[in-house]
Amino acid sequence: MSKPHVIIIGAGFTGVATAHDLALRGCDVTVVERGDLCHGTSGRTHGLLHSGGRYAVKDKESAVECIDENMILRRIVPQVIEPNGGLFIAIEEGDLDYAEQFIESCEECHIPLEELKPQEALKLEPNINPKVLTAFLIPDGTFDPLRLALAFAGTAKHNGARFQTYHEVQGFLMDGQGNVSGIKVLKRAANKTEELRADVVVNATGAWAGEITNMAGLDAPVKPTPGIMVAYDQRFVQRAINRLNTPADGDIVLPQRRMVVVGTTSFDAENVDYIPVTDDQIKLMLERGSELIPGIRNAKPRGIYMAARPLIGGGSGRSIARTFKCYDHKETHNIDGLVTITGGKATTLRAMAEKTADVVCAKLGITAACVTKETPLLSYRQYYASPN
Amino acid sequence: MTEQWNITLRIYRQKENEAPHFDNFKMEVNPDEYVLDAVERAWAFHDRTICFRHACHHSTCGACGMRVNGVEKLTCITLIRDVTKNGATLKVEPLRNFPVVSDLAVDMGPFYRKMEAVGARPVLPVTEAEIENPPAKWDTDDAQYIRLSDCIECGLCISACPVMATTPEYLGPAPLAAAQDNGIKRKPELLSIVDCEDGVWRCHSVFECTAVCPSFVDPARRIMDLRKQVVGARVRKLFGKA
Repeated sequence: MSKPHVIIIGAGFTGVATAHDLALRGCDVTVVERGDLCHGTSGRTHGLLHSGGRYAVKDKESAVECIDENMILRRIVPQVIEPNGGLFIAIEEGDLDYAEQFIESCEECHIPLEELKPQEALKLEPNINPKVLTAFLIPDGTFDPLRLALAFAGTAKHNGARFQTYHEVQGFLMDGQGNVSGIKVLKRAANKTEELRADVVVNATGAWAGEITNMAGLDAPVKPTPGIMVAYDQRFVQRAINRLNTPADGDIVLPQRRMVVVGTTSFDAENVDYIPVTDDQIKLMLERGSELIPGIRNAKPRGIYMAARPLIGGGSGRSIARTFKCYDHKETHNIDGLVTITGGKATTLRAMAEKTADVVCAKLGITAACVTKETPLLSYRQYYASPN
Repeated sequence: MTEQWNITLRIYRQKENEAPHFDNFKMEVNPDEYVLDAVERAWAFHDRTICFRHACHHSTCGACGMRVNGVEKLTCITLIRDVTKNGATLKVEPLRNFPVVSDLAVDMGPFYRKMEAVGARPVLPVTEAEIENPPAKWDTDDAQYIRLSDCIECGLCISACPVMATTPEYLGPAPLAAAQDNGIKRKPELLSIVDCEDGVWRCHSVFECTAVCPSFVDPARRIMDLRKQVVGARVRKLFGKA
């Protein structure tokens, strides 16, 4: 019997992790991506392997997802992670007011934390603001965005998944009864269109999920919410440095190779194919970033960029939950053959894939359980090194 | 007020079964934007068929290497101001010595297979990173901390190397630098991979690799050091200490 064929639209974090999960559960998987891997939001993510500390006070569901997935990723893909931990630091008296609920919430979300005296924090990280009033050590980390995706994609490829990059979806094929039976794609390297049939199509296009569902006449479940990142040319710290307070603009500084990256902001946008960088946001990152690490004032920007988060649910900007949702459009709109996954964080990519693969497998009558928690990923180089 | 330049972005185009050519795009740019921003805008607003690789936009992933006015650049960190003038042309081509997938996008397969063959380390202890101005002293505790390695596998050195153009079998600068980083003492099996015709001896010491490296790897110096390691290993073998 031939394997059921699943097409995944989008080779960002969700798409490649879903491809990995479904390939392990015995599906024939084709991933189509209009650019190369991670050409949208995933490539430009900040790169913070969240401990969940950032969300512990306001969004416990996301915080618990983050700490659980953080520990899993450290195990299955250490090749792309700087697992050096993070500090939440208080600079002003106002930050100290946040400390009590921060400690309680982290404990509630089983996020391990250790309180440090200012001199202890400065011994660990001599370049943080010497006015630090208190600090908490938590298991944050940094990851290389593209290589995280490559490791999932390379392993999926090893297990039989195919990746069709530079293939842009132009519409859905319908079965005559209102259900999705495949996609029409433009092969951009040849300027030709072709049709691909599938038992299930997964829309894993993140901030672009609404544009894809529109092609099937469905409304958008996602709100693209961009933010800026500024990379500076010196590695001032070994750990992620967070401001101890309610999440706000420019309150995280991450080490990344020989740089630090300051982020971010949060605003609503419609078209996110190209998001212009604005001078006021660059200035804000410099001001806020140098409150955490004063040396940033004398460093040079090395790269400046915007990435659009795919947030779901009501509200706007920072008040929207960071958790994710998987929609079977048979249930939401009585259109069979199409599943949309969106929302979430880079840190929770594996969990998003597990949930999506559960929904897809239930539709296909596949009973195989998810094994991605226990499956170490192959070298990220396998994505390019092995044939399609 | 933000400065405005008018430039002609001249992009190399190559599609299946079509002759390669250049397309010109007249664009308004801010000279303090990066070359990759201009290429991305050409795709977003002028021609949706342009193919190019990019991901992180801050020199950690190595996906956006291209030739800019004939010189290998990581386009996400190359300011337009540094490579052209107001009213002038900005020519963007794919890397050399790689198969072209389409337009500016190249196939990293052969190069990544070589990086894998020498076991290039993706992460390493912070104490082993050759960074400038390291802390006055590394705390003994610091040895437990790990960081991503400097080489971002962008392939600029492969494109710039004149010897690479003579034979695709040559390992090339980044793989040889990765072998040096591993060290033959630590990984003796590397000796047979690098001590051969297409290994460390094919380098002609042109140093183009070091000139274009955006990530402080200095492959040329590492290749010279690797030669010393190879000679040392041969001498040890001669005296039966291998």
